[in-house]
Amino acid sequence: MVASHLPDAVQGPGRVDVVLNVNGATHVVRIEPRVSLLDCLRDHMNLTGAKKGCNQGACGACTVWVDKRRVVACLTLAIACEGREITTIEGMADNGSLHPMQKAFLTEDAFQCGYCTPGQIMSAVALLAEGHAGSDAEIGEWMSGNICRCAAYPNIRTAIRDVRDGVGGVRGATG
Amino acid sequence: MRPVSYSRVSDVATAIATVAADPTSAYLAGGTTKIDMLRIYAEPSQRLVDINDLPIDHIEVQPDGAVRVGGLARMNDVALAPVVLDRFPMLSEALLLGASAQLRNMASMGGNMLQRVRCSYFRDAEASCNKREPGTGCSAIAGVNRGHAVLGASPHCIATHPSDAAVALVALDAMIHVQNSGGHHAIAIDDFFLLPGDTPEREHPLNHGDLITAIEVPALPAARNSLYLKVRDRESYEFALASAACALTVTDGVVAEVRLALGGVATKPWRARKAEQVLHGAPATRETFARAAQAELADAVPQTMNGFKIELVQRTMIRALETLTARGAAA
Repeated sequence: MVASHLPDAVQGPGRVDVVLNVNGATHVVRIEPRVSLLDCLRDHMNLTGAKKGCNQGACGACTVWVDKRRVVACLTLAIACEGREITTIEGMADNGSLHPMQKAFLTEDAFQCGYCTPGQIMSAVALLAEGHAGSDAEIGEWMSGNICRCAAYPNIRTAIRDVRDGVGGVRGATG
Repeated sequence: MRPVSYSRVSDVATAIATVAADPTSAYLAGGTTKIDMLRIYAEPSQRLVDINDLPIDHIEVQPDGAVRVGGLARMNDVALAPVVLDRFPMLSEALLLGASAQLRNMASMGGNMLQRVRCSYFRDAEASCNKREPGTGCSAIAGVNRGHAVLGASPHCIATHPSDAAVALVALDAMIHVQNSGGHHAIAIDDFFLLPGDTPEREHPLNHGDLITAIEVPALPAARNSLYLKVRDRESYEFALASAACALTVTDGVVAEVRLALGGVATKPWRARKAEQVLHGAPATRETFARAAQAELADAVPQTMNGFKIELVQRTMIRALETLTARGAAA
């Protein structure tokens, strides 16, 4: 897990080169160590799928995966992700074909304004891989870190059930 | 956010030496408290030493039946470990009823013990707060204090301790294992959390550079019949208004063994020793449970907005005890 090139030497507080693996591609960005993974993705890599809602770990709009585990990117430092594998909503489609969960969100109208949707989908796919989608109550509990102020919750649960009960719905994430 | 500098370390000795050598440095584990505090300017700029690669994230059963949880084990991983689910359901439940799935994937057990209070005045750098800036006064006492403590408060601080997991660990008499450049020592968890008293800025006995390497939960057969009951304003992803971690064994209608600790109502994870004393050897009835709950809250001090907690936490204790009594009888 430890990238061998990483020195114990202090980096920053000024800008330093940070090498990140996002959706299978290597990116080099020049950022201060205080830059969050969320700001790095949005402002330095033009990956604006992850959204900034609260910026304090309360809303889940910035949910991405680090080493296949769902986390909030706003409370994660980008520099701390060197040597780790980052997955965002932009990495969910497969050769232009939407992920089954993305299709299910469209089919079931599982959003209104759409702002929380990338985070909802990153959590929903991880949720199935974790095995926490057994009942509606379990889905609700394990999706509670993703707030939807349009309250599309019933349709989000339906979309998750669709993929859970469908064929080949889960790719990528593990618990 | 405050500027920070950063380094990553891969072994415990280097981590400790690095932080110990620099008073402006701090460990960075899951970051769910640390990054938040830096972003809201509630902590000064720091040199962050990333310890996420340290090999102290295991969950191991000891020869004597204790379970040793690494300081960097993540909340979700501990909660879902079969040995924890089986032997200490109250700890698993307390962990899973805290935060969100994403935060539980990030937050470490050591960090959970060291998380900062959720008092909004502590987190508002413009407000007076004796915990953040000793001597400036407590804004909560004359302010919005619905969520604050009714047990263990002082005229200097009434902030509630936010951890759920720590409540279960206090009931279980866990030991906090600490390493520093001088060696290793263990602290009984009830001594780890300090009452605010005249020094609310001091929340635990750790010194700069001390690292929580493990939390050890001693074997307790009674804990197989245990639960964590959490009452809050919404059903999920919310801090406790009142909670109870409880383990209970009833033999021939009498309380043979009981552990009880409270969350959401006190300035530290609160071991309900007065209630335990009433319960030991007494008939396992609602009357006993109510008397025990009343004894524990006898010294409670309400603030302007949180008096309801005194009744609420008693009901929470009674329901936890009744639930476990019924479960034990059915088993």
